[in-house]
Amino acid sequence: MAVLNKPPVTGAGVFNGALTWVDQRFPLVALWKSQLAEYYAPKNFNFWYYFGSLALLVLVIQITSGIFLTMNYKPSAQDAFASVEYIMRDVPGGWFMRYVHSTGASFFFICVYLHMARGLMYGSYRKPRELIWIFGVMIYLALMAEAFFGYLLPWGQMSYWGAQVIINLFGTIPLIGEPLAVWIRGDYNVSDATLNRFFALHVIALPLVLLGLVAAHLMALHEVGSNNPDGVEIYKDIDPKSGHPRDGIPFHPYYTVKDLFGVAVFLIVFTVVVFFSPEMGGYFLEYNNFIPADPLKTPEHIAPVWYFTPFYAMLRAVPPLFGSQFPGVAVMGIATLILFALPWLDRGKVKSIRYRGPKFRVWFALFIVSFLILGYLGVEPTTVWGEFGKGLPIVGGDYVALWAARVLTVVYFLFFLLMPWFTAHDREKAEPQRVTW
Amino acid sequence: MTAIVRDNVDEKRRRLLLVATSGAGAVIAGAAAAPLLVSWFPSAKALAAGAPVEADISKLELGQQITLEWRGKPVWVLRRTPEMVSRLAQNASLLADPESQASKQPDYVKGAGRSIRPEVFIVEGVCTHLGCSPTLKKEVGAASDMGADWPGGYYCPCHNSRFDLAARVFKGSPAPTNMTVPPHRYASESVVVIGEDAKGA
Repeated sequence: MAVLNKPPVTGAGVFNGALTWVDQRFPLVALWKSQLAEYYAPKNFNFWYYFGSLALLVLVIQITSGIFLTMNYKPSAQDAFASVEYIMRDVPGGWFMRYVHSTGASFFFICVYLHMARGLMYGSYRKPRELIWIFGVMIYLALMAEAFFGYLLPWGQMSYWGAQVIINLFGTIPLIGEPLAVWIRGDYNVSDATLNRFFALHVIALPLVLLGLVAAHLMALHEVGSNNPDGVEIYKDIDPKSGHPRDGIPFHPYYTVKDLFGVAVFLIVFTVVVFFSPEMGGYFLEYNNFIPADPLKTPEHIAPVWYFTPFYAMLRAVPPLFGSQFPGVAVMGIATLILFALPWLDRGKVKSIRYRGPKFRVWFALFIVSFLILGYLGVEPTTVWGEFGKGLPIVGGDYVALWAARVLTVVYFLFFLLMPWFTAHDREKAEPQRVTW
Repeated sequence: MTAIVRDNVDEKRRRLLLVATSGAGAVIAGAAAAPLLVSWFPSAKALAAGAPVEADISKLELGQQITLEWRGKPVWVLRRTPEMVSRLAQNASLLADPESQASKQPDYVKGAGRSIRPEVFIVEGVCTHLGCSPTLKKEVGAASDMGADWPGGYYCPCHNSRFDLAARVFKGSPAPTNMTVPPHRYASESVVVIGEDAKGA
């Protein structure tokens, strides 16, 4: 039985009475305090700490614009393409909702990638925050699935052939591959059945999963408290008088105001893209997708949307082995799943890159650079940097970009596989006792 | 009631009942998921649409290729010229699987041409790499855009897989095997049925 004689709510003016009534039936004040007003966050948050709350903002934008798009979209192979054009041309404000949703997808990944980079830099995945990281990686995977399902819905050429290629990735799994691909499609090729089920997954199933994971991510965060750019635990230094961390400040109002400022700047950038460059030169919306899906004609050049391209470059870099394309698919899959192991691969004593030694810094830089170049190579055809070594043994006339992608894929994996070694034997600096700012 | 009465509780029996009930619940939950998973298999309508298709090939000119649709996949019918047919034999050393041993094709298509009639070549126009549909590059040499030593064939724009005019994959392509030849038979001199095996085969 909860406390019935809770003190009345104060400080809300004319709403005191109503809020007191609610608080006696619902943990209103307790939630407000534990999650916001008395959630103590480190006072040295910097620029990188915007992207978590911005990702949450984009999630809200995507759900809202998505709900309104479903009101005019028709998930059938017959009508899908035309209904998207109908939204763009005939529905009042429809173009705005559609461009907000398509731009939002790219900005979601921009925020998530920067948020993950922040975690890598400051060791936010380290004990006791392993579960926050794991929930985060699950959000990332769910987001990739959500983006993939959503990309089929406009039923353009890229939608169709992108889905064809990705589903055939599952078809390469030994033994069960072919029936599995038919099961996913519900047909012998990508068809109306595929479109309809992807629609269901995109608008109901995955958003529910995402919301659940985001809730778990935040609950785990608020259980152990936020990390910070110094990687120093603020909770080991509690002020005995107040009972709060000396280096912590209440999330509300300090960080709600900071995040609101971030929101304002973010929305300026976001709306500039929505209004002036929603296609972003073919990177946010690919030109081929303005042609209706044609199952009998593959576009000249197929590339996924930019946020998938690092993994796509890895897929292309792996040659077929034993007459099967599966090794490339496995490499791509492991490249995402290896993120789960990160908290246990890192053996460093300090968390933040500020106090890490040279080995970690070099490997971290190599990792970021290879991820970016792989991303670039995934957009371009493998012929982009021309041919080399024609007639040479071993490589015998291959593409420069292909070999670059191979080397960078190896670097990507070495960052993780060698991490237990280079973090344990590094010349780290001593962490300060308290955070610096 | 304030305290739970601890007397006469058979803890072992209670645990057994707990495990048995949870186990039965899990089995039923799993069984309930089965119809959901089964619903993802192709529907009766999709299965019916997989029926064979017929094509009249009498109007096909030398070197001309038409695309048919069977089970939603493009199926090409190419009338090869005698030069195209004779050049196929010269490709063997460049090919990953010249005898099509690792590739899918019916037993009644044999040899370098992979066809029942040497001049009429029928193949599913689907790259064995990741399912894109390659482009016909039938010209020989530089005129094809494919380099001076190109012997004529198919080119997949997705990941640069290259095939000859019997859809056999060239070494160094990401595609692991030759393209698939679908089951087909000739109903008459000019009509071919795709999706059905030849009689007596």
